[in-house]
Amino acid sequence: MAGKKIQDAAVVREKRRLGKRLFQGRTLILMCLPAILFFIAFSYMPLPGIYVAFVKYNYRKGIFGSKFIGLQNFEFVAQSGQLWRLTKNTILFNLVFIILDNLVAVTTAILLKEIQSKAFRKVSQTMMFLPYFISQVLVGVLVFNILNSDTGFLNSVIKSLGGEPLSLYKNAGPWPVIITLVHLWQKTGYNSVVYFAAIMGIDQEVIEASLVDGANGWQKIRFIVLPSLRPTIVILLLFALGGIVKGDFGLFWNLVGRNPVLYEPVDIIEMFVYRSTISNFNFSTASAVGLYQSLIGFIMVLTVNGIVKKVEPDYSLF
Amino acid sequence: MAKKNKNDSMDSAPKVKLGTADYIIRGIGYVFISIFAILCILPFLIILASSFETEANIVAKGVTIWPREFTTRAYEMVFKGGTIWKSYGLTIIITVLGTVIGLFITSMMGYALQRKDFVLKNVLSFFVYFTSLFQAGLAPYYLLMTQTYHLDNSYLAILLPLLTSSWVIILMKNFVKSIPYEITESGKIDGAGDFMIFLKLILPMLTPALATVGLFLALGYWNEWYQDSLFLQQKEVVMLQYRLYKIVNEASSLKDSVAGQFVDYSDLPSESLKMATAMMTTGPIIFLYPFVQRYFIGGITVGAVKG
Repeated sequence: MAGKKIQDAAVVREKRRLGKRLFQGRTLILMCLPAILFFIAFSYMPLPGIYVAFVKYNYRKGIFGSKFIGLQNFEFVAQSGQLWRLTKNTILFNLVFIILDNLVAVTTAILLKEIQSKAFRKVSQTMMFLPYFISQVLVGVLVFNILNSDTGFLNSVIKSLGGEPLSLYKNAGPWPVIITLVHLWQKTGYNSVVYFAAIMGIDQEVIEASLVDGANGWQKIRFIVLPSLRPTIVILLLFALGGIVKGDFGLFWNLVGRNPVLYEPVDIIEMFVYRSTISNFNFSTASAVGLYQSLIGFIMVLTVNGIVKKVEPDYSLF
Repeated sequence: MAKKNKNDSMDSAPKVKLGTADYIIRGIGYVFISIFAILCILPFLIILASSFETEANIVAKGVTIWPREFTTRAYEMVFKGGTIWKSYGLTIIITVLGTVIGLFITSMMGYALQRKDFVLKNVLSFFVYFTSLFQAGLAPYYLLMTQTYHLDNSYLAILLPLLTSSWVIILMKNFVKSIPYEITESGKIDGAGDFMIFLKLILPMLTPALATVGLFLALGYWNEWYQDSLFLQQKEVVMLQYRLYKIVNEASSLKDSVAGQFVDYSDLPSESLKMATAMMTTGPIIFLYPFVQRYFIGGITVGAVKG
């Protein structure tokens, strides 16, 4: 009895202390309130709606009035082979993106550092950064202007050289390459910023000492610059892996999204979900695929974070 | 910035004789960077030139990097009816409103979340971070927005969902971290409340962070087309990028696909009109970004890893 009383008293004291601390922090809590409401309204409120993935959605009855059908929506997309096709495309594209992104960004950053003229470097850096600032809609327009068969810039050049014009918008074959190139075109300026900053952070005395010791340019890159970039590269690669099932919807949609001939072979999860939601109003299928994607993404981030915690504890997210 | 300059001056400092390998790498650097930089702006030169080209020339000879015949007809068509100005007005109002409100929301929470003595620090940090870990997905979001909130065909469907995000809050939190806690403490000693400390002491020191986060938010609003495509399909006046999206897609996807052969597209928007619209919707960004890009660079380096 006495022991319990002491325990109760401790709990009460703890509660009082928490209450007091909450009261002391009331202004800070109030300052967080708008953001809390924002996340509740737009991030947490949609969560119960995931239930639509488990029902045969009926517009009039609403999500929770519709008939529960268990995993049938998942079975449907899995058995039709759609799920596997979408997953494969999304992951393959992301793998290629992740590898090439970092390869090209590191190369660009290193070469940028080799450029001695400050004005030249500044101007070219600014030019390379431009594609980052434009909307994906405009990216679609730019690509169309260059590649379309009637008025495209590429075909004008080919024709003026006496070659056969290409009809790229009727032929799906080259699009995985085109999408990858456009992605690199748009993201390299942005991606190289981090690496360029990391190179700038290398102790200049180390580089100078190596030069005095007779290291040539290649040796300097190979033995000093690359090793010091390693942690940054590893961390960025790992975090990119965390997002491996998340596709760049805007890019794919604006390049090929409304052309069935082109999108079929490069279809990614986001495009399927978008079409199912907006064009077909098939909310149950869309939500099933979306939930599947969210779960894999969630597991990926947890796994990656676990690895980061072991490799570079300072960088782990939680 | 100061650090960068120091390094720059040191680049030229070593009095070491350069060997062949160094010159080759340097040469590759100049060539690669030049070509890549030109490729980055070439598509823009093409739409700029083609927007001043006659429609007949584009159809007959293709787009160009220099107008063969100079005309402003396409721009006259863009301005005809004046709805583009309404789109401009809408885009500017939503961008300004969203950025200002979003900055306020983001910076208040960013400040609170890094206060060591804040009782809900960890709880709320997780609350925010979880939203980037696990999402409901498009379909539940769409149903909520249209059937529970009834935000379809409302401009609030653009303004509200882009106000903040876990990424910008974490970015802001990382910026606030660089302000010593002593500042907050000195305010406390003077008897100031937390909000006053934030408003009078912290906010003025956060100017570069506010510029960076504000510019990320503003860019997101200006380039918005996705929420438009979900919720504003019936609206006449839409955000600029969605306007471009609509003009482009009425024609292009049909034109080059097989189905397009059966469609009469003589009345579809002309090529030069598309270019002129593209220039009008993106022009402000192209003119402004060289002056503000350093804030983005700052944000990318601060937010790159933990974000």
